[in-house]
Amino acid sequence: MTAIAEHDQDVAAGRADAAGQAEAAGQAVTMAAALNLALRDALTTDDSVLVFGEDVGTLGGVFRVTDGLAAAFGPTRVFDTPLAESGIVGTAIGMAMNGLRPVVEMQFDAFAYPAFEQITSHLAKIRNRTKGRVEMPIVIRIPYGGGIGGVEHHCDSSEAYYTHTPGLRVVTPGTAADAYGLLREAIESPDPVIFLEPKRRYWTKEILWREDRTPLDRAVVRRPGADVTLIAYGGALGTALEAADAAETEGRSVEVIDLRSLSPFDDETVTASVRRTGRAIVVHEASRFCGYGAEVAARVSEQCFHYLEAPVLRVAGFDIPYPPPSLEEYHLPSVDRILDAIERLQWQDTAAALRAAS
Amino acid sequence: MVTSQLTPEALLPAGAPVTLLAADGRPVPVDDLDLPDDEVLLALYRMMVHGRRFDVQATALTKQGRLAVYPSARGQEACQIGAVHALREQDWLFPTYRDSMAVAARGVDPVQVLTLLRGEWHSGYDPYRHRVAPQCTPLATNALHAVGLARAAVIKGEDTVALVMLGDGATSEGDTHEALNFAAVWHAPVVFLVQNNGYAISVPLAKQTAAPSLAAKGVGYGMPGIVVDGNDAAAVYAVVRRAVTAAAAGAGPVLIEALTYRMEAHTNADDASRYRSREEVDSWLARDPVTRLRDYLGGRGLLSAGARAELDAEAEAAAAQLRQRMQAEVRRDPADLFRHVYAEPPPALRRQQQELAAELAAFEEAGVRDDSDR
Repeated sequence: MTAIAEHDQDVAAGRADAAGQAEAAGQAVTMAAALNLALRDALTTDDSVLVFGEDVGTLGGVFRVTDGLAAAFGPTRVFDTPLAESGIVGTAIGMAMNGLRPVVEMQFDAFAYPAFEQITSHLAKIRNRTKGRVEMPIVIRIPYGGGIGGVEHHCDSSEAYYTHTPGLRVVTPGTAADAYGLLREAIESPDPVIFLEPKRRYWTKEILWREDRTPLDRAVVRRPGADVTLIAYGGALGTALEAADAAETEGRSVEVIDLRSLSPFDDETVTASVRRTGRAIVVHEASRFCGYGAEVAARVSEQCFHYLEAPVLRVAGFDIPYPPPSLEEYHLPSVDRILDAIERLQWQDTAAALRAAS
Repeated sequence: MVTSQLTPEALLPAGAPVTLLAADGRPVPVDDLDLPDDEVLLALYRMMVHGRRFDVQATALTKQGRLAVYPSARGQEACQIGAVHALREQDWLFPTYRDSMAVAARGVDPVQVLTLLRGEWHSGYDPYRHRVAPQCTPLATNALHAVGLARAAVIKGEDTVALVMLGDGATSEGDTHEALNFAAVWHAPVVFLVQNNGYAISVPLAKQTAAPSLAAKGVGYGMPGIVVDGNDAAAVYAVVRRAVTAAAAGAGPVLIEALTYRMEAHTNADDASRYRSREEVDSWLARDPVTRLRDYLGGRGLLSAGARAELDAEAEAAAAQLRQRMQAEVRRDPADLFRHVYAEPPPALRRQQQELAAELAAFEEAGVRDDSDR
């Protein structure tokens, strides 16, 4: 090993220790650092885990999520690939066939589209095609969503493309602790996992415990409330929580659910909440039409109809291509827009009163 | 920065395709390549006779409604058998939908080979048993799987080479480019075999590429390209064998283009007379790969008329057995729909399975004929 390589390794080890020590000391870490720690721990625990993609090696990823990993684990375990997303996912599939557990990065949401055929026609289907003989324990990490002033093709919310594909698990952490716990579970899962990382929450901090794993298929009540359920995930979770606090001051008790797992969908947690509150709103950045919220609204309506005091509403992005940074604040679901939706939940009228009046 | 250690000239294919046996079966001396041993050539001939009979039988099964569709490879026996026979046991084959003959030659039960085309399930065999990936229907996507598997083998310290089969049309797909590039950059032990039969369904090669040859594309990736006579089983075997040996020794990937012709239409549902002339088809029938090897072996006194008849009878018996086994009705279990989507079915999928079961039970109770146990 050269002196420079040794130096790099020391530096990387130092950085690793920083996140690890913060965790041990009960200090808050960012979501990006939590993801880095999860990758590091998975690489340490399981020799079959590999991390590769564009710029994930020497640079440590454009968001520094893989910072120091190449130096710590060497170029066989953590490496840069040619700039070709179908190639990254396609070769990961071949590696998984041969017993490895690749964790690959697509640099940005919209840059994952060249890999779409490999993901939908092969990754999602090989278990089924081979009657369970060939497993695909692959994690595809995709930084997604807006709110960071990104230019064109850097801010897509592409979750519905993946959730509409049977065979894939699709998860998205809203907090640093879940980022760690979900990524560890995703890497250990025998199913392929699309791991959507909300860019705007990369730098939010939270205390995490490495012992705490986040199950791959469970939503969580982030904030309890009695009057209305906000169903959110990923980048919009923070906005939903802020809106809940604001509504509280106006006398509305708002429950916030963080879905975490977009597929499979945790019907149990969501319907239990909506049956209690009788009102529900789905919040996401993605376009409304045929968006993920449409499925949530339909499921909740089908399963909670007799408990609902109002239609399930959606607060979502407009049905437009993702706007340029100068206009993105008008597009993204905001606290005000969520508060407006809460006010539209038929608080005065009841169905019986309406029937009597007609 | 030039990364390849070879000059571009050294990576380019030679002017003429590598041929060891001429169309009439006469041996052609080649400087750096020996004619395979008699034993190998006899094995190739036997497998080709079986392969062709299997292929003809499969086409016949479509006419009896026993197969939903069959893409014939009659005429491409030398490519498929020559390449498969050149693999070692620990190597992997990544076939396409047209490579059923190759899959069977690798030892997969022919009924399991036809599971996909029978419409029974998307793939019928255990890929790990004979190291054969599921036959790939989307074009060129399997090339990346081969590269990944080969790279993983190197990482794990295993002596494994991956051979991926592609057609001439598939070379236009982006995944072919990405796979060649990844393989070359990673120096992965992969052999790319393009069976250039001149047509992508109806579209001739001239509309597919302006490259001097498909093998010539190798130079752009920093890997050697070789053009071989794809109707010469001896040459295909020798060229693939050499590539497998080199790749296993760490020499990196090779791109082989085998010039051949599909004697049948694209599938039983296609009408090739709409895009190929009778004269063209006849000219290739005269270059039959099975006849070529037979003539060589016969001429050398290695294959008597009696031995030939015996082999034909053996292939005929195998076809009869296949025909008979394919008469059995396909076993259907609606619950299979929900198995193997995930390692464990999620609750919502279990509910859907129960819904279907209830629906079928209600039909049965109502006296509607339930043929799900066919």
